[in-house]
Amino acid sequence: MATNDQRTTDLNKVLNRRRIINLTGLAIANLLISLWMGQQAYSWLPPQASAESILIDKLFSFMTAVGTFIFNGVVGTLLYSVLFQRAAKYDPSDGPPIEGNVKLEIIWTGIPILLILWIGTVSYQTYDQMGILGSMTQKTMETVETVPAEPTQKVATSVEESATSAPIEVHSRQWAWEFRYPKEGVSSTELHLPVNQRAKFKLTSEDVIHGFFVPAFRVKQDIIPGKEIDFSFTPIREGRYRLRDSLYSGTYFAANQTDVVVESEAAYQKWLQTAAKTTPTAAANVAQTEFAQAEKTSVSLGWATVKPAPAPIVNYSNQPNTSQPTPQFEEEPHE
Amino acid sequence: MSNASVETRPNSQLAAPDPQQPEPGAPENWRRFFSFSTDHKVIGIQYIVTAFVFFLFGGLLAMVMRGELITPDADLVDRTVYNGLFTMHGTIMLFMWTFPMLNGLANYLVPLMIGARDMAFPRLNAIAFWLVPIFGVILTASFFVPGGPSQSGWWAYPPVSLQNPTGNLINGQSLWLVAVALSGVSSIMGAVNIVTTIFRMRAPGMGWFKMPAFVWTVFSAQIIQLIGLPALTAGAVMLLLDLTTGTSFFDPVKGGDPVLYQHFFWFYSHPAVYVIVLPIFGVFSEIFPVYARKPLFGYKVVVVSSLLITVLSLVVWVHHMFASGTPGWMRMLFMFSTMAISIPTGIKVFAWVATVWGGKLRLTSAMLFGLGGLSTFLFAGITGIMLSSAPFDIHVNNTYFVVGHFHYVINGAVVMGFYAAIYHWFPKMTGRMYYEGLGKLHFALTFIGINLIFLPMHPLGLMGMPRRVASYDPEFAFWNVIASLGGFLLGVSTLPFILNMLSSWTRGEQAGDNPWRAIGLEWLVSSPPPHENFEEIPIIVSPPYGYGSDEPLVSNNPKGTFEESAASTQIANLAGEAN
Repeated sequence: MATNDQRTTDLNKVLNRRRIINLTGLAIANLLISLWMGQQAYSWLPPQASAESILIDKLFSFMTAVGTFIFNGVVGTLLYSVLFQRAAKYDPSDGPPIEGNVKLEIIWTGIPILLILWIGTVSYQTYDQMGILGSMTQKTMETVETVPAEPTQKVATSVEESATSAPIEVHSRQWAWEFRYPKEGVSSTELHLPVNQRAKFKLTSEDVIHGFFVPAFRVKQDIIPGKEIDFSFTPIREGRYRLRDSLYSGTYFAANQTDVVVESEAAYQKWLQTAAKTTPTAAANVAQTEFAQAEKTSVSLGWATVKPAPAPIVNYSNQPNTSQPTPQFEEEPHE
Repeated sequence: MSNASVETRPNSQLAAPDPQQPEPGAPENWRRFFSFSTDHKVIGIQYIVTAFVFFLFGGLLAMVMRGELITPDADLVDRTVYNGLFTMHGTIMLFMWTFPMLNGLANYLVPLMIGARDMAFPRLNAIAFWLVPIFGVILTASFFVPGGPSQSGWWAYPPVSLQNPTGNLINGQSLWLVAVALSGVSSIMGAVNIVTTIFRMRAPGMGWFKMPAFVWTVFSAQIIQLIGLPALTAGAVMLLLDLTTGTSFFDPVKGGDPVLYQHFFWFYSHPAVYVIVLPIFGVFSEIFPVYARKPLFGYKVVVVSSLLITVLSLVVWVHHMFASGTPGWMRMLFMFSTMAISIPTGIKVFAWVATVWGGKLRLTSAMLFGLGGLSTFLFAGITGIMLSSAPFDIHVNNTYFVVGHFHYVINGAVVMGFYAAIYHWFPKMTGRMYYEGLGKLHFALTFIGINLIFLPMHPLGLMGMPRRVASYDPEFAFWNVIASLGGFLLGVSTLPFILNMLSSWTRGEQAGDNPWRAIGLEWLVSSPPPHENFEEIPIIVSPPYGYGSDEPLVSNNPKGTFEESAASTQIANLAGEAN
């Protein structure tokens, strides 16, 4: 194979019929591998628990396939050179003095432009569809208290209005999540949502920027202190999922997590009613527990930290045990 | 062996900058590396060695972090310590390692490559360098002030960065801000100097399109510094004022806007990625032609694409803020501008592949690192396009997917590109050859280590593991264990490199002027080059990279003496080993 070197010198000579057939074969093989990788991509992601997740996963699968094709093509070519186009021992001569090829350069400028337009268009369409679902267009920010006024504009889009459509208030602070259902007068440190209904939120932060992130829903929104942010998405699969703080918020950032429970309308209503009757108590809070523990020990093992906010007083609180965090989702038979 | 030059310039240029291993017979010479020298070559090596010490320091912090992350619970170090570690790791790696290291390469190579005797402003050059150890000490000192170093991440987003739990005026965060502002001042000084040098000090005959690609990329990168750095430095100063004097630029409690800081920060800090990666593109463009024995494919398009990257890099910063409450039109605008950057970058990648294709490859350590860096960069580029797609970015933003992506760029492409550059120009800098065997061992350990630590971060991010966490849910344990093992391997991989550099610098074989038979002005002078580089300023008559054709690069002899030495170089022996 090492003797093949000379054949590659002139592009026009290179492109004879046999070579074209070989290259086409390789391209088809690469295409098949890439399509397979695109299918594999779905399995790298959490379960699809929201309407948005289906769109995002499709987009990721598409980009994985395109990316695999390019990666294989480029690395395959490099590997061929490395394996078969090495200088012979004691061969001091130079390679062919090819300084460029206008045709080739136009091709490899043009193809990426088309690819980018393609990926960009698919991304834009996905974004558009997500907007229709409601998780993207509701970027209305309302000014509270101190922040100078900004023009706000309500964009109302709805697929399926929930019967209980008052937005759930999400209060984030260092380091706890608190969810308030104003209509029902329920507060909780665990987020409960009815399945197949658009869930609407008002996100607020009491101290620093936090990030509302549920991997199974593929949604994320930073919560800026001093602003009230409308946010919504549609859960479509019952189960228990993990809600994480996604924007670094200080010492106990990693522990600022809780669960989301997506359940049937009946179970949801039942939960609300039971919770409303429960007397509010202080919820378990990892930051509080760890901070209290650290204060007790005489020798400090760490550096300075902000004191955590007191544990939220809520009707309903989730499992307190943090050394054994609840799994991200409960396995359920997937239809 | 062409050692005529070595005899005419005894000792003075063969100094070892390592104080423990002074060149035998020249004990006075290593001291100049600790002096206020204005020689661009001394300053270049000062930058590189200083930066590398901080690279080891930052790497050590990363290994403690990986030790913490090998188990799901926060058990090895306190959460505050972990938060301080990742803040300082990021800060040191960027401001104390990457930028000074690249300034070192540019300082050493640019005047030699354009046929100048020194930089345009030698004293400014020395001041810019000596600021590096000063802010390095300030940054390191922040570990020892009450309350510990900054714990707000290298972005230092307010309000977290304004919280100051100690209540002291001198705290980790304020020292951090002073250090970053000083680093900005130092880099602006460097940028002014390098841009002026490239504009004004090129040798006769060296038109823009006869300039080596490395010089082009350094030029493009330093222009970004000039445009972007004032924004970051101003942002840092405003944050410092908020923190120490109670102004309210960014503090929402007093009516400030924390998102405004994000704009200041990313307006510079995204282009900064191109400041970092462009010179490494230049290194690739220099190295592949030499070891493939072919001209750089599409030279003009490759160098112009660097300037295109410069322009585009200034209009993409909001892609870091897709989840920050950015309006929809802005998300789409910045999605497309970010994607557009992949076009000039793609041109470069294809050009390098075409340069290598059909050549006569010699897999020396420099070439291996170049090819390794190119393949990891390609991977990072592909995940980068995915990240630019706003809907997908919403899911992986602030997760380990992003951490994996940019470490493939910075540790994959940039650090491997740095190693490639060091192996390639080591004979020029020291006059000595390095040991190929150790170099190849170094490559194998680095390449495996990088993929072992950073590849698992992509599935972790897709599964939803946020970055900057000291503890995580057990479902993420598997990939984290692998990443940690890779991290420790990556730490070990620096040992053969350090051993190789130290022993080769003191007792490696004499290299001669041009051991790689490379084309370029730096290879026409002795190794190491004399003070002021050229006896006679070279007159350039050919474009660079004339491999395979017999055109001479210059019409005179920059060494001032006549010498014919092509046949006596060591490339043949090295090729034997490589094959």
